[in-house]
Amino acid sequence: MSKVHLHLVEPRRLRMLRVLPGLMRAPLVALSGLVLAVILGAALLASWLAPHDPGLLDPVMRLRPASADHPLGTDSYGRDLLSRVLHGARVSLAIGVGTTIVAVAVGLAVGLIAGFFRRLDAVVMRVVDGLMAIPNVLLAITIVTLSGASLWTVIIAITIPEVPRVIRLVRSVVLSVREEHYVEAAIALGSPLRRILWRHVLPNSFAPLIVQGSYVCASAILTEAVLSFLGAGINPVTPSWGNIMADGRGFFRLRPELIFWPGLCVSLTILSINILGDALRDTLDPRLIKRGGER
Amino acid sequence: MSGFILRRILASIPVLLVVAVAVFMLLRLTPGDPASVIAGDNATVEQLARIRDQLGLDKPFHRQFAEWILRLLEGDFGTSIISGTPVMRLIADRIEPTLSLALSTITLSVLIAVPLGALAAARQGSLLDRTVIALCIIGFSVPVFVIAYGLIQIFAVQLRWLPVQGFRSISLGIWPFAERLIMPTLALTFLYMALIARMTRTSVLEVLGEDFVRTARAKGITEAAVFLRHALRNAAVPIVTIIGIGFALLISGVVVTESVFNLPGIGRLTIDAVLARDYPVVQAVILLSSLLYVVINLAIDVIYVALDPRIRY
Amino acid sequence: MGRMQDERSFSSVARLTRRATLLGAGAMVLASGARAQRTASRTIRAVMHGPLRLLDPIATTAYISRDHGYMIYDTLVAADENFQPRPQMAEWDISGDRLTYTFTLRDGLAWHDGQPVTAEDCVASLKRWWQRDVMGQLLAGYTASLEAADPRTIALRLKQPVGFVLDALGKPSSNVPFMMPRRVAETPATQLITDTTGSGPFKFVREEFQPGVRSIYVKNEAYRPRAEPPSWASGGKPVKVDRVEWIVMPDAQTAVNALANGEIDYIDEPQVDLLRLLEGNDDIVVRNNNKFGLQVIARMNFLAPPFNDVRLRRAAMLSLKQESFLAAMVGDRRGYTLCGAMFVCGTPLATDIGSESLVRGNGVTEARRLLREAGYDGKPIRIIQPTDVNTQKTQPIVGAQFLRQAGFNVELLPMDWQTAVATRGNARLAAEGGWHMFFTAFGGADVSNPLTSLPLNAAGLDGFAGWPSDPELQALRIRFAEASNLQERQEIAVRLQQRALDQVIYIPLGQVATPAAWSARLRGVLDGPAVPYFWNMERV
Repeated sequence: MSKVHLHLVEPRRLRMLRVLPGLMRAPLVALSGLVLAVILGAALLASWLAPHDPGLLDPVMRLRPASADHPLGTDSYGRDLLSRVLHGARVSLAIGVGTTIVAVAVGLAVGLIAGFFRRLDAVVMRVVDGLMAIPNVLLAITIVTLSGASLWTVIIAITIPEVPRVIRLVRSVVLSVREEHYVEAAIALGSPLRRILWRHVLPNSFAPLIVQGSYVCASAILTEAVLSFLGAGINPVTPSWGNIMADGRGFFRLRPELIFWPGLCVSLTILSINILGDALRDTLDPRLIKRGGER
Repeated sequence: MSGFILRRILASIPVLLVVAVAVFMLLRLTPGDPASVIAGDNATVEQLARIRDQLGLDKPFHRQFAEWILRLLEGDFGTSIISGTPVMRLIADRIEPTLSLALSTITLSVLIAVPLGALAAARQGSLLDRTVIALCIIGFSVPVFVIAYGLIQIFAVQLRWLPVQGFRSISLGIWPFAERLIMPTLALTFLYMALIARMTRTSVLEVLGEDFVRTARAKGITEAAVFLRHALRNAAVPIVTIIGIGFALLISGVVVTESVFNLPGIGRLTIDAVLARDYPVVQAVILLSSLLYVVINLAIDVIYVALDPRIRY
Repeated sequence: MGRMQDERSFSSVARLTRRATLLGAGAMVLASGARAQRTASRTIRAVMHGPLRLLDPIATTAYISRDHGYMIYDTLVAADENFQPRPQMAEWDISGDRLTYTFTLRDGLAWHDGQPVTAEDCVASLKRWWQRDVMGQLLAGYTASLEAADPRTIALRLKQPVGFVLDALGKPSSNVPFMMPRRVAETPATQLITDTTGSGPFKFVREEFQPGVRSIYVKNEAYRPRAEPPSWASGGKPVKVDRVEWIVMPDAQTAVNALANGEIDYIDEPQVDLLRLLEGNDDIVVRNNNKFGLQVIARMNFLAPPFNDVRLRRAAMLSLKQESFLAAMVGDRRGYTLCGAMFVCGTPLATDIGSESLVRGNGVTEARRLLREAGYDGKPIRIIQPTDVNTQKTQPIVGAQFLRQAGFNVELLPMDWQTAVATRGNARLAAEGGWHMFFTAFGGADVSNPLTSLPLNAAGLDGFAGWPSDPELQALRIRFAEASNLQERQEIAVRLQQRALDQVIYIPLGQVATPAAWSARLRGVLDGPAVPYFWNMERV
């Protein structure tokens, strides 16, 4: 007798292969992928693409409009804006991605635990309540002044206030899912916790997590700008989209380019991440699959 | 339910204590203290030491902490080291602008975003849906101050319909109060609307795929009733979460908006106090916002139960 | 039946809506009418350069506290626009041997609570002031006795004749010797006063004070201004309005918009780049009413290597170029002056000896040579970099580039302003090499006199951060204090600057003189080293 394997849900690998071409065909998604690739490429190749040293200042040439020598103009120190935006991509992407990964990882783990184990839930949620209360700026200023303003300290400073929100979200999903009949059935049948988490809870958390993740990414990049305004961001000598905007804020009416260009990059990056995220979520969501891809 | 609420309140007390200790230590571990602010540029080392002594900053931490907590329990929130004003008075002065802005923003955001998000979910894939997604993303990736400056330029500077800045208490008249809140509310609503709409759309989409929805449809219930009575209620949990969190954020953290529109709110108070190392103010504000978060989270959890009777605590 | 009901309720809704719209429109009309009314009122609304926090102008040198002091306090002596001391609260008599100064209070001086001003009050105020102020400390050192001879007379007896007594008492900028009631002046100099009673042209409205938001002053009806016309802070101080409001506006753009829109009347130290937006607006006046402005300086840590070696200090100074610092800070050429004078260009003591490389920016080659000759070991120079204060954040970044060009290794230490102040004030940290350099700016009036200049006081650990110790410089300062005429002072000033720059006590990086901006409706705006002065101002 040959063994017959019954899958309630199609193995993910096969599913993805089946869906991928469809994914790529949707022009919006393809475009987003392209934009993201370009931005990533620009970030990696910044040293070669940038026409000037992003730190080279020439204060007498400050706030100039676009010219042959400076395709996007100069900032308030006379530094080339294009070079700074290119180099800034590195830092901003690092902050966005770093924060998102850490926040989602930690938030997922803790949220699952809190949602599932009622006794731990009380303790965890009280700590979460407490954490949310401390303003991220105070935390950031303290961390940054105690251990210096490096990329990692800023990432940690931005991540910590984001984690409670992810925890809350995951926990709320777990709470709902836990009551589902099939989960109750699974528990009754003695299914190991690991499998319940993996097969039922996790897939249901993907969608809100992806949404939350894209929000965390955007929020991280923008929070870095706010921290830069307050002097608690990374050293303003090193460009990031956030601190280029922070520097440029005071000159908004004179040289809106200082806000516009980094702002455009931020928006495009986030837009692309979100579109891709949505597409990914739509393909991976088991319930949408069951609906046979009804749109 | 009341037992649950009581238990939660009791459980919050140790949390508040932990927050108090954490903030206390954080402040004292940060370099710079109010003594150096007061001493200024040309104080001698000896003068600095005397100021520090007067402020009690050299006493052991646990004693400073105990004194603070004891006075707190008597209802004394302390006095601002820098300005000599009682902390409670400082906070009370700032509550009205903050609360007004928070309420107006959340109300407007919810009124626009929830229907918009739900509609987008109902017509998934359509032009409306895609537009809503795009608007949402633009909403939270454009910095608030850009929208703020834009609004000021158009409505205050060019058209002169609204004042550029400032806050007028509602006790001085409804229109002066309202006209100064319109632009800050719009600027923030842009952002919060994006967040809420996005979450609504996702959440409703989830629910629309559920079995019980198909069952309801099969039973012949109209699409609208399915949507309103079944889908939305179940989708509400994450939506309510986002709204609650958003409200709390609006209370404590909109420094940039407060700065651009010159609204004397809690955000600016906190940042100014942190940067000036005005310990009593920072400690009091953070403790009060912890309390606020605890209350909001409790409210959210209570609403969860009302919305989704399957949830038990 | 149901439908008719609907129509009725619909029409009542329509009526309500119409009424609301009318109300709204009416309210708008009323509001703009109210706005028009306000413009004829007797209130001046000003945005100052920073928020008022400390209400004690003796315990702190902060300029905003000094400005607050000028509102509610008065001084015995005040300098006029030629730096000549003039009687304000008191006339004086100097004994033949120049050892005794007798000050007689004029008529009609009273505190805000109605009590008359007495000599005892003034003596106590001076004794509090000279514990904190650098020139006051010098004066205290020369004083044999200071007491109230009678309720209207103050007697100051010196140990030896010196020429700066009246300059000290008429000092225009921090710390100004403001007169306070005795009970207030007896507060220890290290403790902040809480009682804001003064005898000045305005009264502080404590109940309406919201720190970080606004400060309110009202006219002191009982104040009797002198008869002479105002000149800086001397002469008459007639108040022509009922109320002055200082509004804190954290956003520079918003302040300019508010001024253009008529919501405020005066901006102190507006962001210079934004003033371009007001050009061509006939309702706004943009003018520099403080020619002293700010002097930007660089200061090194004398306690640890490498800057305990004068050759390396000289190398650093040679690498710097004033124009870059000033352009980065202010942008518009009209807002700054290249100036090699430590005692501020445009004053009697100005000299540019020793500062050529700073102004011309041609010292890099020499800097590199000195670096090699002095055997620089390559260890990084740590520069304190404040990141949150607009007037402080650009200099370290510019400085770092120049130092690197000369061959120094540079490490920037980004931190918020309070941490920066605490760090640079920490002598122990400095001795361990925790920081090597910082930048700051002083009011031009404060550094224009060698005796009031904080950074010039090379008193080692008793002086300003950086703590240079130079007996020769201190001896020159004493000679200046004891000089009896202007020519003598000018000669000593040249020697002072020569020595100071030779030893690189601090590096003058030029002058920033930013204009102020105010509504064209404002008349009587005065010039001076501590503007804005709100007396003599009126709204038409």
